[in-house]
Amino acid sequence: MAIFNLNINGETKEVDVDPATPMLWVLRDHIKLVGTKYGCGIAQCGACTVHLGDNAVRSCQLPVSAVGEQKITTIEGLSEHGDHPVQKAWLEIDVPQCGYCQAGQIMSASALLKRNPNPSDEEIESAMNGNICRCGTYTRIKKAIKTAASSENV
Amino acid sequence: MTKLKTHMGRRAFIKNTSLASGGLVLGFSILNSCKSEQAKEMAVREMPKEWFEMNSYLKIGDNGVVTIYTPNPEFGQNIRTSMPMLVAEELDVDWKNVLVEQAPYHADKYGFQFTGGSRGISARWEPLRMAGATARQMLIAAAAETWQVPKEEVTAEAGVLQHAATKKSAGYGEMASVAATLTVPEEVQLKEVKDFKLVSRSQKNVDAKSIVTGRPLFGMDIQEEGMLIAMIEHPPAFGLTLKSVDGEAAKAMPGIKDVVTIKSFKDGYEKGGFDTNAFPELVAIVGNSTWEVMQAKKKLKVEWQPITAYSETIAGFGGKQTINIPAGLESTTTHKSKMEALAAKPGKVVRKDGNPEVAFKNATKILERSYSAPFLAHNNMEPLNAFAHVAGDKAKIAAPIQIPSFIIPTIASSLGIPKENIEMDLPRMGGGFGRKAYAHFVVEAALISQKVNAPIKLVYSREDDMTNGIYRPTYHATYRAAFDENNNLTALHVKAGGVPESPLFANRFPAGAIDNYMAEEWTIDSNISIGAFRAPRSNFMAGAEQAFLDEVAETMGKDAIQFRLDLLKRAKENPVGERNDYDADRYAGVLELVREKSAWKENDATKHRGVSAYFCHNSYAAHVLDLKMENGKPVVEKVVCAIDCGVVVNPDAATNMAEGAITDGIGNAFYGELTFQDGVPQKNNFHQYQMIRMKEAPKEIDVHFVQNKIDPTGMGEPPFPPVFGAVANALYKATGQRHYSQPFITKKEVVG
Repeated sequence: MAIFNLNINGETKEVDVDPATPMLWVLRDHIKLVGTKYGCGIAQCGACTVHLGDNAVRSCQLPVSAVGEQKITTIEGLSEHGDHPVQKAWLEIDVPQCGYCQAGQIMSASALLKRNPNPSDEEIESAMNGNICRCGTYTRIKKAIKTAASSENV
Repeated sequence: MTKLKTHMGRRAFIKNTSLASGGLVLGFSILNSCKSEQAKEMAVREMPKEWFEMNSYLKIGDNGVVTIYTPNPEFGQNIRTSMPMLVAEELDVDWKNVLVEQAPYHADKYGFQFTGGSRGISARWEPLRMAGATARQMLIAAAAETWQVPKEEVTAEAGVLQHAATKKSAGYGEMASVAATLTVPEEVQLKEVKDFKLVSRSQKNVDAKSIVTGRPLFGMDIQEEGMLIAMIEHPPAFGLTLKSVDGEAAKAMPGIKDVVTIKSFKDGYEKGGFDTNAFPELVAIVGNSTWEVMQAKKKLKVEWQPITAYSETIAGFGGKQTINIPAGLESTTTHKSKMEALAAKPGKVVRKDGNPEVAFKNATKILERSYSAPFLAHNNMEPLNAFAHVAGDKAKIAAPIQIPSFIIPTIASSLGIPKENIEMDLPRMGGGFGRKAYAHFVVEAALISQKVNAPIKLVYSREDDMTNGIYRPTYHATYRAAFDENNNLTALHVKAGGVPESPLFANRFPAGAIDNYMAEEWTIDSNISIGAFRAPRSNFMAGAEQAFLDEVAETMGKDAIQFRLDLLKRAKENPVGERNDYDADRYAGVLELVREKSAWKENDATKHRGVSAYFCHNSYAAHVLDLKMENGKPVVEKVVCAIDCGVVVNPDAATNMAEGAITDGIGNAFYGELTFQDGVPQKNNFHQYQMIRMKEAPKEIDVHFVQNKIDPTGMGEPPFPPVFGAVANALYKATGQRHYSQPFITKKEVVG
């Protein structure tokens, strides 16, 4: 066990855990931020996607010891009032079915738009291909990303 | 107006004054942390000081805010929006003033809380509207009594009661306290479809805000004071059971509290149809955190031993049934050869019309084709999980499951407590698709909690989830068609079977449309557990049947849609046999609609299009799917879909579900497959089990509903089965090759 001071959603959180513990479980079990989901544990489904700095990463493969002072943003911290353009687009298009994968989808989508505010269909598909939606909402996800891209202040 | 007796149980309307101020008392509120974002916002804005319970489905606050309890568990079909819409429509309240709460399991209050079989809306269509209409009538009576005017003169609209002559007016909230004391009316009037103001108009998902902001909603998200995490270890192969466990090394790992064994059923317990469980004896490991338990699980030393063959009687939907579970370790190669052998022998004749033997004997030409599909895992994004806190003879449970009432007797028996002592909340499920109808994991959670005497959350790893069983079975079907010298279709013969269940629906189309028809089936026993998977059996038969009919139409030189319409015309005008279980008009209706909306042309050489139509769960669905090959890979460009499911309660949500069903069908047709070697599932996570991803999803989906006033029928499942046929038929047009064996794409490129 070791103590880590983590910068999560702009706040410092102290945890005392095994250094090998993936951020997914640090977030869910220790910091009680359960918006980040467990889907596969092997970086194949994207349900656990968070931002490390500005990049979308699979938190199930990110040991807490590798985070250091880098900022972590989870779905809970993406915006203060749930009004990030991607979240707003998700509401406008009414994307979710079961909803379990959607936090991960939104984190991948918002990271994409940050580095590429006007992605083509192909760029969207490439950026989102690591996120599985078992309910099959892909057409709506794509539409919502385009809606968000066309809105201001991405 | 339709006048209906309020045949909901009287107990559903029992008013309890002690509840009036506190709202419904749910015993315990494990999901306090999971309150919807909507409720939080309302709480800030305008929560009432006092609630008045009108019936078990709704309570009205003194300020007119209405809470509607949605009875069935939610797994993504959006009934948490569409069911309350039915109540709100008849109550005639402004949707903006409605809060939605998930009802806990409570059979007396909420009847059959079943999410499955595409029957949610159809089963609740009348009762939920009645709950709203009853409350509205009571509010009118309360206003009439208060104002001393005839109740026939009082109107109720958008949450406001009015008496025109005296110009009196009051919000529902003002009359709720009086209304709640009145006698429940014996008859209520329900609105005509044409008078709906809310139903059939798209409303946004009431949980969308919570979902996009990461609020706790799911079973997996539950956190309770003192809660421990539990995981299970099940046998690595079907056909094995627990022999012994050495948990010392695991117990010595950091954060681990205990290693125990559990037995899911008491000896001699008569199982229900949804008690399916290939691994009733398990090792459980309990600790402080998920990661610690996952690490310690690797240190378990478990010995497994072969099961012995057995038979058991199951009390299922269709009455009691005996099933045989053989011993041994099964493999896909053996399944295939056994299926081919049985397909070549006569099966059990389930239906016979005319004289198919003579027709085939006299045929000028016979077309024979065999179709097969593998086992499939459900692979819900949320792995199986459940929370349980068993203390003494009481159990508090939070179960993300589809049919709570079916697992309560098993939990009670296995724990040895009265079933009345079980309280169960129904958190949102991260997918279900049939898998979460089989709630063995809830029994396991309860038994583990009892053994370790602590509140626990049982979490299945993805690998546990994928290898635990209750799969879509593997199936096989052989179709034969006989043609006379004029190339007319004279007979059709289908013989279908599977491991361990037959997929046959003998009385579905094209039965009824062909003079000489025969349907046979066979089964092969297995110890691999199977269960419902979105549109059970239909999800295979539709693909086989619709691919075969495509080839029959081609053989006869007919247009694929016109050929089907001709058969349906025959089935309508002069049906063969009396047990045809479909409505030929509605069937033809979706084909005509999809023909129009897809701008279908006969012999269209500009597109590679496949058509397919199917009937199941009392609804009709047809697809036209356009596909092209790009670098040797199929790309689905567009799917046009037509559905007849009667009145569509929430059109955009239903469209979303149809889009999902189409994408799900394409994914499973292309990639879905679970194979076995010596009882061991050959895939255990998404690096091996290919799921459809955004790149492979259709570029465009265009969903249309037949507009009618028929009471709603199924929606979640019907658009799924015909996708397999549409994919097969389009793939043929694009490649020149017919595809008979799923998955259609076998060389996999799995991405992460």
